[in-house]
Amino acid sequence: MGAGHAHKLYREGRSPVHALPPHCKIAAVFCFVLVVVSTPREAVWAFGAYAVLLAGVVAAARIPAGYVLRRLLIEIPFVAFAVLMPFIAEGPRVEALGMSLSESGLWSAWNILAKGTLGVAASVLLASTTELRALLLGLQRLRMPSLLVQIASFMIRYGDVISDEMRRMRIARQSRGFEARGVRHWGVLASSAGALFIRSYERGERVHLAMVSRGYTGTMPVIDDVTASRAQWMYAAALPLTALAVCLTGWMLP
Amino acid sequence: MHVPDGFIDAPVSVATGVVAAGAVAVSLRGARRELDERTAPLAGLVAAFIFAVQMLNFPVAAGTSGHLLGGALAAILVGPYTGVLCVSVVLLMQGVLFADGGLTALGVNITDMALVTTVVAYALFRTVVRLAPHRRRTVTVASFVAALISVPAAAVAFTAIYALGGTADVAIGKVFTAMVGVHVLIGIGEAAITALTVGAVVAVRPDLVYGARGVTARPLEIRSSPLAPATPGAVARAEGPAAAPAAATSETPEPTAASGTTAASGTAAASDTAAASDTVAASETVAPPGPAAAPRRSARPVWWAGLAAALLCAGVVSFYASASPDGLEKVAHDKGIDQKEEDHAAKDSPLADYGVKDISDARLSGGLAGVIGVGATLAVGSGVFIVVRRRRATTAESERG
Repeated sequence: MGAGHAHKLYREGRSPVHALPPHCKIAAVFCFVLVVVSTPREAVWAFGAYAVLLAGVVAAARIPAGYVLRRLLIEIPFVAFAVLMPFIAEGPRVEALGMSLSESGLWSAWNILAKGTLGVAASVLLASTTELRALLLGLQRLRMPSLLVQIASFMIRYGDVISDEMRRMRIARQSRGFEARGVRHWGVLASSAGALFIRSYERGERVHLAMVSRGYTGTMPVIDDVTASRAQWMYAAALPLTALAVCLTGWMLP
Repeated sequence: MHVPDGFIDAPVSVATGVVAAGAVAVSLRGARRELDERTAPLAGLVAAFIFAVQMLNFPVAAGTSGHLLGGALAAILVGPYTGVLCVSVVLLMQGVLFADGGLTALGVNITDMALVTTVVAYALFRTVVRLAPHRRRTVTVASFVAALISVPAAAVAFTAIYALGGTADVAIGKVFTAMVGVHVLIGIGEAAITALTVGAVVAVRPDLVYGARGVTARPLEIRSSPLAPATPGAVARAEGPAAAPAAATSETPEPTAASGTTAASGTAAASDTAAASDTVAASETVAPPGPAAAPRRSARPVWWAGLAAALLCAGVVSFYASASPDGLEKVAHDKGIDQKEEDHAAKDSPLADYGVKDISDARLSGGLAGVIGVGATLAVGSGVFIVVRRRRATTAESERG
């Protein structure tokens, strides 16, 4: 919990991307994804350009490509959904590989796959080049309510503790021969969840008492306030601005 | 149900983002009222709890498993405002850190999964608690109903958002049927686990369950006058192992009273058993305490049987829906053809419409339509059951008194 407790999502590094102030990075990623989402899906080459842009950032951040690709696996449920799309969508059909596929469904599948993958890749890049604490500070700098940032930071800080309690309870159940096989076992899982809630809530009360006894008045003091220079903002804006240029070209070309 | 980037177009994403920001702002204010100044640490840990609980996979049947969404659970345990706040924070962190759900789709996700589930669940929960008799079991039943409806409600909300700004070219009817059908199934599991979880918490620390505050705090009144009219809570105790009330009271209050904040539950338990012996003694001769006891005792097995039957149905139906859809497919196909012939008569029924529309893949839509029917029946059945129970209790009381 103390210093040096880096989350496994963060990848230590000393690249220019790591050094950027967190709020610049968050704003850049958000704008980039927004630009990607508003690109017309027919402009296939634009998505290729976005991918090249992201690859450039990955290279600048000196993150191994394999690491990013592995983290992209979170997308799989949507990929499964996108693959279904050509079969269930309406509209004129085309014959391909001996199957009748909907033309607009193919476009939709492409649309979701391309935009979703780019979005996930951008988020993965953000999370792996920015420390958790910095990320929360960045959100606060972007005028997110401080109470919300505090709640989020408590959630992150104790998320592992609570998840570990859940895991220990699971191991305790398993070591007593329990295996959830069907509806009959829901009760056991539910009482675990109930116990977990009581533990979480009581821990929350204890944390609050500890904070009050150390002079907590409802707001957290910001000691490591980060500011961004104009140059840093420009550097961070390079990604979304280039993407915007690509997007506008995509709208005008066809 | 985490929506990725690109699934909903940019204008609707921005609009839902505004809705989500408004909801979070209102919740921030409301949560301060619900949790006093303890908001940050308590809400943070509850968010961590929801995050952990979402990893809890429960087996549905035949090898498939679902996981909790937690909206209803959060609303009932910590209140609607804190619930919205906690689920929103979980979604935000999942989007930013784990790339689960797109950043631009954050507004969609929060509106859909945090706002709709918690608000619907809490509104239903309060309604049921208000209508049904005030006792501990009511809280469990109300949680079941609330969670059961909240998940399909989120699916309906998603369909509405999709209708406004969906990028994929799939008919709304199909999206609606698929989403609601699947989520009725998930809702059954969610409902059972939520109800059992709330029941488990109410049994140990009723003071922690926000939704049950008006229900479980009442027996405090008995303390000053043991011969006052028996409350429902007291009767519930009397039905249990009344033979050993001393053992029960000596054990339960200690851990709760130790924490200081929960003296209420301790005294409640003690006064419950005190009143229990009174009701047993005075059951038929004294007018006020006796009446409620007799009909309620007889109704209890019926209640349990109903719940068990509903759960059994849910399990069996989900099994057939996932393992062998062929049986339902045929039925739905026939049904679809029938309805096409006379579709003026049943045109207004959404189920009929979906059976007709998607005749090409009747396997999916028809099967799911059947499942929706089961879910709706379950919900309506529970509602009717509760109303009937209440009416029976009140008529019995008026007859006696």
